[in-house]
Amino acid sequence: MSLTGAPAQRDQRADSPARVDGFAKITGSALYVDDLPCAGGLFGATVRTAMAGGILQEVIFDPAMDWSDFVIVTAKDIPGVNAVKLLENDQIVLVERTFRHAGEAVVLLAHADREVLGMALKRVSLVEQLNPDPIFDIDEALQAEREMIPGNLYADYLLNRGDLAEGERRAEVVIEACLRTPAQEQLYIEPQGMLARVQANGDILVEGSLQCPYYVLDALVQCLGMDKNRLRVVQSTTGGAFGGKEDYPSMIACHAALLALKAGGRPVKLIYTRGEDLRVTPKRHPSRTLIRLGANKAGTLQFIDMDFAIDGGAYRTLSPVVLSRGVIHAPGPYKCPNIRVRGRAVATNHPPFGAFRGFGAPQSIFAMEVAMDRLAKKLGMDPAELRRKNLLRSSDVHATGEVVGADCFAHATLDVALERTHYHQRLAEYKAWNAAGHPTRKGIGLATFAHGAGFTGNGELHLASRVSLQVLAHGHVEILCSNTEMGQGAATTLVQIAAEALGLPMDSVYLAQTDTSRVPNSGPTVASRTCMVVGDLIQKAAERLLRRLREAADLPASYDAQDFAAACGRLHAAKGDALVTAHYHPPAGMLWDEQTFWGRAYASYAWATYIAEVEVDVLTLETRVLDFTAVQEIGKAVHPVIVRGQIEGGVAQGLGFALYEAVLWNARGVMANDRLTNYIIPTSADLGDIHVVLLEGGLGAGPKGAKGVGELPMDGPAPAVVNAIQQALDIDICQIPVLPEYLLERCAAKPPAQEIPTVRREY
Amino acid sequence: MSEWTRPRHLPEALEILAAAPGRYRVISGGTDLMVERHLAPERRPDAWLDISGLWELQGLQITEEGLRIGAATSLEAIRRHAEVAAHWPMLAASAAVTGAPPIQNRATLGGNLCNASPAADNAPVLLAYGARLEIVHHHGTRWLPYADFHQGYRKTALQAGELLGAVWIPYPPPRSRGYFRKVGTRAAQAIAKVSIAALIEAEREGMIQCARFGMASVAAVPCALPSVSQYLAGRAVRDIAEAPVRRGVRQDIAPVKDIRSTAAYRLEIASRLVLEAIDPRAARKKEDGV
Repeated sequence: MSLTGAPAQRDQRADSPARVDGFAKITGSALYVDDLPCAGGLFGATVRTAMAGGILQEVIFDPAMDWSDFVIVTAKDIPGVNAVKLLENDQIVLVERTFRHAGEAVVLLAHADREVLGMALKRVSLVEQLNPDPIFDIDEALQAEREMIPGNLYADYLLNRGDLAEGERRAEVVIEACLRTPAQEQLYIEPQGMLARVQANGDILVEGSLQCPYYVLDALVQCLGMDKNRLRVVQSTTGGAFGGKEDYPSMIACHAALLALKAGGRPVKLIYTRGEDLRVTPKRHPSRTLIRLGANKAGTLQFIDMDFAIDGGAYRTLSPVVLSRGVIHAPGPYKCPNIRVRGRAVATNHPPFGAFRGFGAPQSIFAMEVAMDRLAKKLGMDPAELRRKNLLRSSDVHATGEVVGADCFAHATLDVALERTHYHQRLAEYKAWNAAGHPTRKGIGLATFAHGAGFTGNGELHLASRVSLQVLAHGHVEILCSNTEMGQGAATTLVQIAAEALGLPMDSVYLAQTDTSRVPNSGPTVASRTCMVVGDLIQKAAERLLRRLREAADLPASYDAQDFAAACGRLHAAKGDALVTAHYHPPAGMLWDEQTFWGRAYASYAWATYIAEVEVDVLTLETRVLDFTAVQEIGKAVHPVIVRGQIEGGVAQGLGFALYEAVLWNARGVMANDRLTNYIIPTSADLGDIHVVLLEGGLGAGPKGAKGVGELPMDGPAPAVVNAIQQALDIDICQIPVLPEYLLERCAAKPPAQEIPTVRREY
Repeated sequence: MSEWTRPRHLPEALEILAAAPGRYRVISGGTDLMVERHLAPERRPDAWLDISGLWELQGLQITEEGLRIGAATSLEAIRRHAEVAAHWPMLAASAAVTGAPPIQNRATLGGNLCNASPAADNAPVLLAYGARLEIVHHHGTRWLPYADFHQGYRKTALQAGELLGAVWIPYPPPRSRGYFRKVGTRAAQAIAKVSIAALIEAEREGMIQCARFGMASVAAVPCALPSVSQYLAGRAVRDIAEAPVRRGVRQDIAPVKDIRSTAAYRLEIASRLVLEAIDPRAARKKEDGV
């Protein structure tokens, strides 16, 4: 095995063909859900609860209004089960009597005129009786007497390795911290929406912006009480998702379909405005971590003890799975004999939190990495050195009990990152800068971490993904899978994998539209699994297809596109089976115990070291990222340009998490800053240079050793930035985003600056 | 649907306004009003008067006293104007941090003032430069110091039938220096948490003759700092103490906590920025270093 540095040496154009969806998107011909033609259709809208949980007593339709033009749907109109199908049937589709948070759907309206519809929304009033003492805080929920569910807990996990008491005895230096991360909005460019129509034969077609077509299909089956075969879910061009379109599209699809069922054959478009999307759709789980680390004087970790809790909101939705990933990633890529991580997902009266790039890992990694810097400080040791002493190597034992194999590059990423950033030189320079009384303070901080790709443990086995390839008579090949292009580049990557495996040019292969009436279930497009798991299935299907063409249609051993087309023609002429399917089989040694968190949690981990260099204005306490370096070992970059794009975009999103993005809650537990003008994400003017360094060990479970890429960049920026700011200002930071207002509070605890700092802008 | 009127000449526009005072919502670049129209459809006016076609309200003229800027001149034109950059650099700077370039292409200086946001990006600079407003009506023209324009939260001195015609800015006195800084929520497309402009006129070495400030996002209206200005007038820089300046700032502004920042941050940062604007030590140090 050799570790290849950066595909810069490879021919980038050959490796990174033009995106298959690029032309339609840049010319504007791609149709997003709100662009879909909807002749004679209606627009839908949602009347929602205003209070943070309670009892709905009455729905009053203004008698002064003529409601005969409207399609009106309430819980009574649900033919099937009034619950969104997910892990558990606890989230209701439409409120009938009791509800748990503000913003729950009660009445659906549809009308041909969007403006009239907007006004009608205000003419429906709900009489709600508020539950006393709504809960919005994690620790309050854990201690509250009022229980929404038993113990207010959706899940309570324990990862326990070694003997914590033994670790405590051996530790010579111990630190303790409480660290918090906030909710974060995915902020996909395209707000959520669905279009539903009842077809002539009574079947229902739902099209829309979504990540997981089979989740939506299953939800429709349950809510409408209809047979799978009479329902069809089609993904329209999707303008970003980041996890935000994993579970909630099921809700909107059910709503749109319920309206369509009563609309007399007219299609119904239910598109959220940005404000509505921000207020009700799921965001990243807020977290609170109590962490203790112990090391000996030499800096070797003796124990890791974490109490990790996330706010699940008012319904279970995906919280147990988010929590599980958070717990597994909590101890980081470190070797430590004694580890205890308790993880709890807590019920509150916020709208449910859900999937967002990283899925629990960014929260627990943040705590671990910030704590590592606190430990380094207390040891009087350089933070990079502390990590070097403790990072996993091959044949070490991972926190889940798995013996780390050859596919471990934690040290390699650290070494490359330190070298690329001239870390030690910068550290000295910034120290000198800060001592010289300049109007700014500078710092350099790092985070080392790993991220497991694919569903956790036996998840992939349960998914039992299938991918098909279909050859057409003229030699084109169609990929049939349920995985979605949502802006991340999956369509191109999958086509590229298929074309390469088949030895065909890219334009001979295309990805079929994601339509549940045509494509098999290859699982959801989440968890960094698409390239690795689905890409691998495509490669296997391609091998099978070639075998069939050789055996049944005389495809020569060496062939070009024309020979291939001729063989396809022969296969079709002989009425041979032109469809091949590959089924998922877990890699060898994939054993996992969900109860004890023991075994091999993921088929592959990707490894990374991120380094942030920041400058804080002493006067205003604004933080600017001067430079950001992301070194990532990802097995193999199938399409290096897309991979870099994923990392740069993820880092930008991570810097938003670290420095800007604050979800503000109103008294009813709903997002108050529900506009792009006051939910602040960084612009290009706020981001310094982002340097991406790709390392390819080639040992991942995917095609040519590829592993998951997309979530890793969300894990590292926040701790790296916070560590840099802590160093720059010599203070402890306990939460993100690190807004100047927060820094002012933290600095106020220190003696006031004698000098009036000076950033001059003279004219 | 609302009615939309777009006159070609100023007299025509003033006549329309005078004939039906209060009926029209005046619009030019629309960068504030179109957002409001979208977010609050119930507040849509029955009739719009689009003044973007009035040539009389366009452009910048240099006069003997200073600069006249037509109210409907775009921030982009102001930002790029060579004379503005040479003599009123703080105005070029504030125009350049209003929204982002696509907004600056449409947004007008007059619109930024008449929208009367407490956070108006160009307000502090105009207060510091001592701008005057030319207000036009069918019956004639009046002049008003800009400092008297904002009369309360989102309330201006414009009467029914009046239009803001132009903004007049005098040349800064010789031996004066300016200081401008916007502290926003991010580097672009940001609304100010605090912003400040100062024009400080030194009589002779070390003696402040006159100091004029403008601040935004620290009170219900963009505001000057009369107490601070009074304390500074005629005082030698070496005699300026931090405490009275901070007291003056506390007296002159009324910051609140809102969706963008806290009252404590605004007060503290406002004080620090005022102190920095006043203190020439750093500048001297900087010159020494050159």
